Amino acid sequence: MSARHLAEAVRSGARSARSVLDEHLDAISAREPEIHAFNVVLTEEATAAADEIDRRVAAGEDPGPLAGVPVAVKDNMCTRGIPTTCSSRILEGWIPPYDATVVERLAAAGAVMVGKTNLDEFAMGSSTENSAFGVTRNPLDTTKVPGGSSGGSAAAVAAGFVPLSLGSDTGGSIRQPAALCGVVGVKPTYGAVSRYGLVAFASSLDQIGPFARTVSDAALLLEVISGHDPLDSTSIPEAPADLTSVLDRGVEGMRIGIIEELSGDVLEGIAGDVRARLGEAAAALEAAGATVETTSVPSTVYGLSAYYVIAPAEASSNLARYDGVRFGLRVDAATSGEMHSATRTAGFGDEVKRRIMLGTYALSAGYYDAYYGKSQKVRTLIVDDFARAYGRYDLLLSPTSPTTAFSLGEKTADPMTMYLTDVCTIPSNLAGHPSMSVPFGVGDDGMPVGVQVLAPAMGEPAMFRAAAVLEAAAPPGAAA
Amino acid sequence: MSGSAPEIVPGWETVIGLEVHAELATVTKMFSGAPNRFGGEPNTNIDPVSLGLPGTLPVLNGRAVELAIRVGLALNCTVQRSVFARKNYFYPDMPKDFQISQFDLPINGEGWLELADGRRIGIERAHLEEDTGKSTHVGGGGRIHEAGHSLVDYNRAGVPLIEIVGRPDLRGTEDARAYVSELRSILVAIGASDGKMEEGSMRVDCNVSVRPVGQVELGTRCEVKNINSLRSLGRAIEYESRRQVDLLTAGERIEQQTRHWNEDEGRTHKLRSKEEAFDYRYFPEPDLMPVEPSEEWIAEIRAALPLLPRERRHRLAEAAGVETSATSLTVDRGLDDLAMATIHLGADAGRVLVHLENNLADGVGLLTAESFAALIALETGGDLTATQAKTVLASLVAEGGDPAAIASAKGFEAMDSGELEAIVDRIIAEHPDDWAALIAGDDKERKKKSGFFVGEAMKATRGQADGRAVNELLARRSAG
Repeated sequence: MSARHLAEAVRSGARSARSVLDEHLDAISAREPEIHAFNVVLTEEATAAADEIDRRVAAGEDPGPLAGVPVAVKDNMCTRGIPTTCSSRILEGWIPPYDATVVERLAAAGAVMVGKTNLDEFAMGSSTENSAFGVTRNPLDTTKVPGGSSGGSAAAVAAGFVPLSLGSDTGGSIRQPAALCGVVGVKPTYGAVSRYGLVAFASSLDQIGPFARTVSDAALLLEVISGHDPLDSTSIPEAPADLTSVLDRGVEGMRIGIIEELSGDVLEGIAGDVRARLGEAAAALEAAGATVETTSVPSTVYGLSAYYVIAPAEASSNLARYDGVRFGLRVDAATSGEMHSATRTAGFGDEVKRRIMLGTYALSAGYYDAYYGKSQKVRTLIVDDFARAYGRYDLLLSPTSPTTAFSLGEKTADPMTMYLTDVCTIPSNLAGHPSMSVPFGVGDDGMPVGVQVLAPAMGEPAMFRAAAVLEAAAPPGAAA
Repeated sequence: MSGSAPEIVPGWETVIGLEVHAELATVTKMFSGAPNRFGGEPNTNIDPVSLGLPGTLPVLNGRAVELAIRVGLALNCTVQRSVFARKNYFYPDMPKDFQISQFDLPINGEGWLELADGRRIGIERAHLEEDTGKSTHVGGGGRIHEAGHSLVDYNRAGVPLIEIVGRPDLRGTEDARAYVSELRSILVAIGASDGKMEEGSMRVDCNVSVRPVGQVELGTRCEVKNINSLRSLGRAIEYESRRQVDLLTAGERIEQQTRHWNEDEGRTHKLRSKEEAFDYRYFPEPDLMPVEPSEEWIAEIRAALPLLPRERRHRLAEAAGVETSATSLTVDRGLDDLAMATIHLGADAGRVLVHLENNLADGVGLLTAESFAALIALETGGDLTATQAKTVLASLVAEGGDPAAIASAKGFEAMDSGELEAIVDRIIAEHPDDWAALIAGDDKERKKKSGFFVGEAMKATRGQADGRAVNELLARRSAG
C-alpha cells in the first residue's frame, strides 16, 4: 500500500496507525536480520507515536499528510534522545540533544519514525560496506550491495520495512542506491531541504531527500520536508512548488536531452543493459509527446575528479570536531594532541581516513590552487555547461548508475572502481541541481535499472512529471 | 609631527604593528542564539551550535555585521562584500576545530586611525570572526604541556570578534599605547565593544621589529601574544626591542617567531617559529552566504554614527582656537560637550579648557554650561582671582547654584589693583635679598623667587590675591 493511501486510511479512521505500524514491524522482524537495513529499530518510541496519532484522530484532529506512515531515517540525521552514529565508532554513544529540522517536520506531519538506517561511515561510500556496524544487503539479492551511502534507507523501502525513508545525497548517495534497490530516490535542489541536523560530510554538496516505492509517494515526502529553515543559511527562502498537483500533467511538448557523456558514448563502463533501458525510457518519453535527443554536456566528465577534491576538502574540515573532547569516543593519552590523534585513529574507518587525508592535502599551502582552486573552476564550468543545456532542454536524462547492483566485496579492494559508480550522479551535486532516479526495468542479471532525470535548480515539478511518465511506462521490475 | 619617537635602545628604532581583537557588544553569539555574556558559571551560555555539535549550522548575527560596519566606517575603511572562511587547526577549546573567520575578502578593507597628535596610522583590514572557548590547565603551573588535566569553558566560544589589523606605522611604546587608547575610545564611542582589556573583551597581539635609525628596510618581526593591559604592552615592546637589538649587535639574526609574553617574569619566550607555524588551510565557509551590505544600509549606519573622538577634538579645537592636541584630555574625559556649550555662551575658551583639564578631573557634578560660563565671566572680568574661581567651581560641582552668590557668600571680593600694588611693593621692600636674587638670577632662579613672592602676597591677602596679577606686577617691577 502506498504512503498516500496509508495516510488517508489513518486520517479517515479506516485504519489505526498502530495496526499500520505493527504490520511494518512484523515485516522488519521477518527479514531485518538478513538485510541489516537499520542501526536501531525504535519499537517502543514508534508504538507510542502511533498510539498518539490514533488518539488525535479519535479526538477529531488531523495529524497531517503523513498520519501514521512509518518512516526510516538515515543515521546521519540528528534525533533528540536517540543515538545518531553515522555508522561510525567515533560517534558511538553520542545522543543528540536536538532534532534535525527534517525529523521535526516528519513528526509535525504525523509520520512515525521506526528506526535509524545504516550507511557508509559518514556517508562516504557507494555500497554501505563502509559501515562500522556491518554491511546492509540488497533485499532483491542478498549477495549484492544495496548501493550507498544511503543503502539502509534504500533497502528498508525495497524490503517493505517502510513505505518511505530519508537519505542524504552528496554525490549520488540517494539516487545510486535507489537505482540498485529498484525504488524511487530524489536529490532535491540544493537548499530546498534544510540541512540543520544533518551531520555534515561535504556542506556545499549535501542534500537530504526521499526514498519511496512510487513517484507520487516521493513527491508527498518531499513536500513535507521542503521549505525555508532559518537555521540553515543556505536554505532557499521561496516557498517550495506544489508537486502532487502536477504529477499527472505528462511531458507533452517538453524538450529532453540525453547526456551523451554519461550514457556510454564517451565514458567507458556504462553497461549495455543499462544503456538499453535508457533507450527504452527515452522512447517512452517520446511516445508521451516529448522531444528527446542526445546532447553534449562536455564538462560533466570532469565531475568525478573535481568532486573527489571538493568533497574530501570540506569533509577534512567538517570531521575535525571528532576529537574526543566533547562527545563520542575518547581514547585517553598523555597530551590533548595525542588524545586527538589516538581518538581519531581508533574511531574512523579506512575510507573516512583516506578522504580526510585527501582533503587535508588538497587544502594545504602550496597545493590549494592546483587542487581545490582548480576543482572549483571545474565546478563553475559544469554549472555553465548545464545552463547552456537548459537553454535548449527542459530536462536531461542519463543512467543513474553505470551498472546494476554489484556483489558484496566486489569493489572494496579498489577505491577508484567504487568511486566510478557515482560518475553519473555527481554533476547534479556540483551544480546544486535536482535529479532523481526512477526504476525502469531490470538488467541482464534481473536486478533493477534506474534512469536519472535531471532538472535545473527549482525544476522539481517538471522532473516529477517526467518521472511519473517513466514510472507508468516502465517494464516490470524485480520483486523482493 | 613627532617623527623622532624616543628610542628604547639608542641608535635603534622600534617598529610596531598591532592586531587588536575586540568582542562585539551583541546580545547573542555570532552564529547562534546563545547569550553573549561575560562571566557566569562555566558552560552555561551555550547551545548546540556554539558547542559545534554534529549537524549544527551557523546563522550569521546581523547585529554583529552592523557593528563591524560601524567599526569599519569609524576607521575610515572601505566596507565591502565579504566571504567567511574556515581557519582549520586543532585545539580543545575550539568546538569545531576550525574557526569561522574572514580571509581574502574581509568586511572592512584599508583604512586609518588618527592619533590625538594628528598622525594617521594605517589599518590594513578589520574582519569578523568568532571567539574560542577558554581552557584552564590544572596542575603543572597552568601550562598545557605540564598540566595534569584541562577544563574547557565554552561560554566565550562563538562570541563575535572584530580583528583590527594595523600597519607597522607605530614607533615606540608611547605610540602603541596611544593607538590602543584611541582605538578603545572609538570602539566604546560607537557602541561596538566595551573595550575591557582586563576582561579580555579587547586583546592585543603585537608585531615588533627593530632597525638602526635611518634604515628604511624593515627588520624581521616577532609577534608577541598574551598582552593583557596597556602596561604589559609597553613592557613587552621594551623587552622585545632590547632582545632583538641584543641579538643583532651580537651578530645574530632575528628569526621570525610567535612569542608569548610572561607578565610575571617580564619577558617573552618562543612559542613557535615561522617554519612551525600552522597551515590553517583556509577555504570559503560553505555553510554561510557572502555578506553583501547594500549601499543604503551602509549609508544608514554611517548616518547613525555618533561623533568620533577625532571629530570631537577637531570640533573643540576649532571652537576654542587651539591645537587639536590641546583638546584630547577634555575629549577623553567626555567633557567636550560641556566645553562647547560653555564656549558658545561666550566664555573664554582658554579658561574653559584650563578648568576642565586641571580642576574637573573627578567629574562635573552639578556644573552646568550656564553656571560655568558665568563663573568664567567673573574670573576674566577681574571679580574673582583664579584661586577663588577654583573654590567657587568646586562648590558649583558639589551643590550647583549661582557663582556670584557663592563668591559673595564666601566673602570673595575683587581686590583693588592699587591695593595689590602697595602690598607687593611692601613685600619687595621687606625681602631685599630675595628681590636681588630674582633680578640677577637665571630663568630657574627667577621662577623660584617669583613663586616665593606670590606665596608671600597670598599670605598677606589671605588668598584673595590673583596669582597672575602678582606675577605681572613682579615682572613689571623687575623689568623697570
